[in-house]
Amino acid sequence: MAALTQATVGAAPVGPPRRRGGLVPLILLAPALVWLVVFFILPTISLASQSLQTGDIDNGYTLTWNFATYVDALSRYWPQFLRSIIYAASATLGTLLLGYPLAWFIAHRSGRHKTTLLVLVVAPFFTNFLIRTLAWQIILTDGGPVAGFFRATGLTTVLQAVGLTDNDSLLYSQFAVICGLVYNFLPFMVLPLYTSLERLDTRLLDAAGDLYANGWNTFWKVIWPLSLPGVVSGTLLTFIPAAGDYINSKLLGNTQTVMIGQIIDSQFLRVLDYPIAAALSFILMAAIITLVAVYVRAAGTEELV
Amino acid sequence: MAARLKASGDLRLVRLTRHFDDFVAVAGIDLEVPSGSFFALLGPSGCGKTTTLRMVAGLEEPTSGQIFLGTEDITATRAYQRKVNTVFQSYALFPHLSVLDNVGFGLRQLKVADWKAKSMEALELVKLADRARQRPRQLSGGMQQRVALARAIVNRPDVLLLDEPLGALDLKLRREMQIELKRIQSEVGITFIHVTHDQEEAMTMADTVAVMNAGHLEQVGAPADLYDHPATTFVANFLGQSNLLPLELTGADGAVATGTSHGVSLTVDATQLPTDRSAGIQLGIRPEKLRLLADADGRAANRLQGTVTDASFTGVATTYLVAMPWGQELTVTQPNDGSDRARPGDPVTLGWDPHQAFVVPEAG
Repeated sequence: MAALTQATVGAAPVGPPRRRGGLVPLILLAPALVWLVVFFILPTISLASQSLQTGDIDNGYTLTWNFATYVDALSRYWPQFLRSIIYAASATLGTLLLGYPLAWFIAHRSGRHKTTLLVLVVAPFFTNFLIRTLAWQIILTDGGPVAGFFRATGLTTVLQAVGLTDNDSLLYSQFAVICGLVYNFLPFMVLPLYTSLERLDTRLLDAAGDLYANGWNTFWKVIWPLSLPGVVSGTLLTFIPAAGDYINSKLLGNTQTVMIGQIIDSQFLRVLDYPIAAALSFILMAAIITLVAVYVRAAGTEELV
Repeated sequence: MAARLKASGDLRLVRLTRHFDDFVAVAGIDLEVPSGSFFALLGPSGCGKTTTLRMVAGLEEPTSGQIFLGTEDITATRAYQRKVNTVFQSYALFPHLSVLDNVGFGLRQLKVADWKAKSMEALELVKLADRARQRPRQLSGGMQQRVALARAIVNRPDVLLLDEPLGALDLKLRREMQIELKRIQSEVGITFIHVTHDQEEAMTMADTVAVMNAGHLEQVGAPADLYDHPATTFVANFLGQSNLLPLELTGADGAVATGTSHGVSLTVDATQLPTDRSAGIQLGIRPEKLRLLADADGRAANRLQGTVTDASFTGVATTYLVAMPWGQELTVTQPNDGSDRARPGDPVTLGWDPHQAFVVPEAG
């Protein structure tokens, strides 16, 4: 202790200690900041400007603050917006219902196979997104075993009754689009859920059982609230990209299942109406941000562990 | 909820057995815990005491055997159907609930209307009413422990199980909580079954102590009985310290039996002799029952000669290690009562009263 005090005293004459690392945080932040500015902020500003321009592809566009584009975009494409939100929400619910038991199993019941199962969850990523989605055309094809099973069990009738398919076949329907979305986004749901459930102390389940809670109540009073952080991040990671997705409905849907991503895609790349495409992108962004804000607030994640 | 408010009776374990694959954790124990008692299940780690507790709680299924609460066989019921609550070693408080909601959890499951008032009462009992709104992680270890206790007690179970509840607390807090637990137990009158590996804790707190070893019950009795008259060498060594000498009986004359150990003839209290003497017997003397004798002192019936090899003075007493001619070292605790102290190297004579010694069968 004495030596330490002496050393401090000895160092003192050099001058008052300099404030450490004023620049270090900035240097550490710089790469990410530059990346965000160049690849996100600037394009967003450019897109915003684009959405308020008028003109055409041959004569060029000028910024005229034409907000009418937004009105036009919404009035023409609100059904596709609504559909995108509904499909994305259904797919999110689907991934949650499939992913929750799966994540629980991997976290608490898989024993030494845990790593293998986690690798299997992300294994689809080793294949291209497009190829994976195209594979669902084969899976749901009319002559295939899945379609056969659905016909044999009368599930096709049920699907038609609830309006998810239009006829006997499964492919090129709302059902196929939602299946594709669920399949493609399942890992984004399972991984955060797994992390949440893995951290859950199973002794709390003993405690709940000991305190007269049966399985159902233990789930809703203990497991579910403690897994909410995983549920919230999983649903966000699924819902946000699913709402903007344009591959699944293109490959697995029909003209009645067009999602907003497809419209933006075609406006940008085929119709070449940049302002309306930009306006649609902004509306989608605003809609998602609003929904997410409301959702996160309702879930009250800040209250959780 | 059962309408019977009176504790519905004794807890009875009948040939309770639990195997984990090839490992026998609990090997068919029979035990009766009278209603309203403070019972300790004592044993080294891995002796099966926690497994036994978990079977009573309904968190572990017995491989065979039965559990009765009063006259009712509860072996096949699930944890949430038993009027039994547990204070877990890790406390297992729900981190997402406030202290009050933690305590009220059981009552709300039982659909008790005034759960809030009852929970506050329980929190007052453990002196934490002012912390009701806080989250468990905002409390210290000792407070969390008391919340766990309140959470179990508030349900007025027939039996309260405590799984090493003081294990994570520091010594001072542990002493405080021991007194606190005894006070609460006498106040609420619920049967407490306290699992611990700390023999001092078991003896200070419990009316009855059951000593477990390797899945078996070694001995059940009042703390003083277990200490003064251990039935096995395991109990003799696990509860306090014992000096054990092999003993060969040479004769019995009424209340006094005689025998030899390493050629020295000794007398023992014949009423202490175990019935099963097939594997040989051992004479046990507690260190504080042994005395260093002045050579001229002829009062003690039993005498052993030895040499002091170590002396450690602790203030209230001096603990000596005394080497016997056959190599064994005996421990002697001599109170600081003004008698002469010996130094290492001194030849000494040890003596004891035959009634203060005990006899146990040789460990198999």
